[in-house]
Amino acid sequence: MNAVRKRARWLAPAAVLLALAAVISARAEIPLAERRSGYADLAPDTKAMQDDDTSNPGMLAVLDGEALWKTKAGNAGRACADCHADARVSMKGVAARYPAFEPTLSRPVNLEQRINICRTERQQAQPFASESKDLLALTAFVGMQSRGQPIAPPADERLRPFLDAGREAFSRRLGQFNLSCGQCHDDNWGKRLIGNIIPQAHPNGYPLYRLEWQSIGSLQRRLRNCMIGLRAEPYEYGAPEYVSLELYLMWRARGLPAETPAVRP
Amino acid sequence: MTAALEQASAQSLLRPFQVVGDAIPASLTGVAGDPVRGRAIVVKRENTCLLCHSGPFPEERFQGDLSSDLTGTGARWTQGQLRLRLVDASRVNPATIMPSYYRVEGFNRVGPAWRGKPILSAEQIEDVVAYLATLRD
Repeated sequence: MNAVRKRARWLAPAAVLLALAAVISARAEIPLAERRSGYADLAPDTKAMQDDDTSNPGMLAVLDGEALWKTKAGNAGRACADCHADARVSMKGVAARYPAFEPTLSRPVNLEQRINICRTERQQAQPFASESKDLLALTAFVGMQSRGQPIAPPADERLRPFLDAGREAFSRRLGQFNLSCGQCHDDNWGKRLIGNIIPQAHPNGYPLYRLEWQSIGSLQRRLRNCMIGLRAEPYEYGAPEYVSLELYLMWRARGLPAETPAVRP
Repeated sequence: MTAALEQASAQSLLRPFQVVGDAIPASLTGVAGDPVRGRAIVVKRENTCLLCHSGPFPEERFQGDLSSDLTGTGARWTQGQLRLRLVDASRVNPATIMPSYYRVEGFNRVGPAWRGKPILSAEQIEDVVAYLATLRD
């Protein structure tokens, strides 16, 4: 016992370093080369559903969004297309760069919030409600113009504190089950949580059609689902905490192709 | 072994217990649990065990692989060690992903429906301890 103690004293500094390395590596982000879209773990029939626009249920929202894009709205009597013209040109790659810093608010906004800012300020119309059919449709239509484009978070210094807040939130334990996002999606992706493969949690297909929802939904809806699963109290839709987390998730997924409208189980 | 005596008295809704080393030697209820009820608790999805663990449950099609197979658990641990690992596994390993099934404090943003309540009751913990102790090979 004494010999062991003596040796332990000698080894203590090395042990501390090793323990520290273990803690750091356990919390490490997924190496860029190992990142994969949730698409990779889909069943073949779900992949086929996403791949074929005539069978992808998310395309119904995209078509509704295209109609809204051309519809005049609000006191200004203006349609999105009146300013932005052909979305296929003007919106290409835009969704892949959101959330983006909004100077008038001094904070980042996500794509849904950006659309509602346009609606209230340019169209002088009522903002769409969170998770409403119209907001999801317009977001899906704008989002699809980035399909196949790499996720490309802006290198904007003003975003840094929000990105850091999102990273910190990803590592914060939550709820009665007391788990952080990272403990599942960084440390244990690819393993089975009961019958389901834990994905890396990349946000590259939103808004997306979730079979469990039987509808299209936003990333914030998905984040709320995860929080409720941990028996945590979710934030309200549009809360800055979600936008910071979205920002970090987009940074974490940088380079992966956008898939909007994706299909997920 | 030095007895580190601790009480969960601040967690007033919970029954007090004493941690000795890496175990809670005494039953939370003062009596032994029922292994048949314990097995039913373990396989019930809302109790979350099989989200991460697998084990000798041939009727359960879906079992997790985030943590150990429960087969042989009773040979690896004493009942007191099993009890502490169910009550609050983070006392043994602060980085664990195993929830603390009999703890109500030190959490963030617990949903209103769950606030101030343990995941399992003292009786359920004892039933699960009694069941796991039967898994000897």
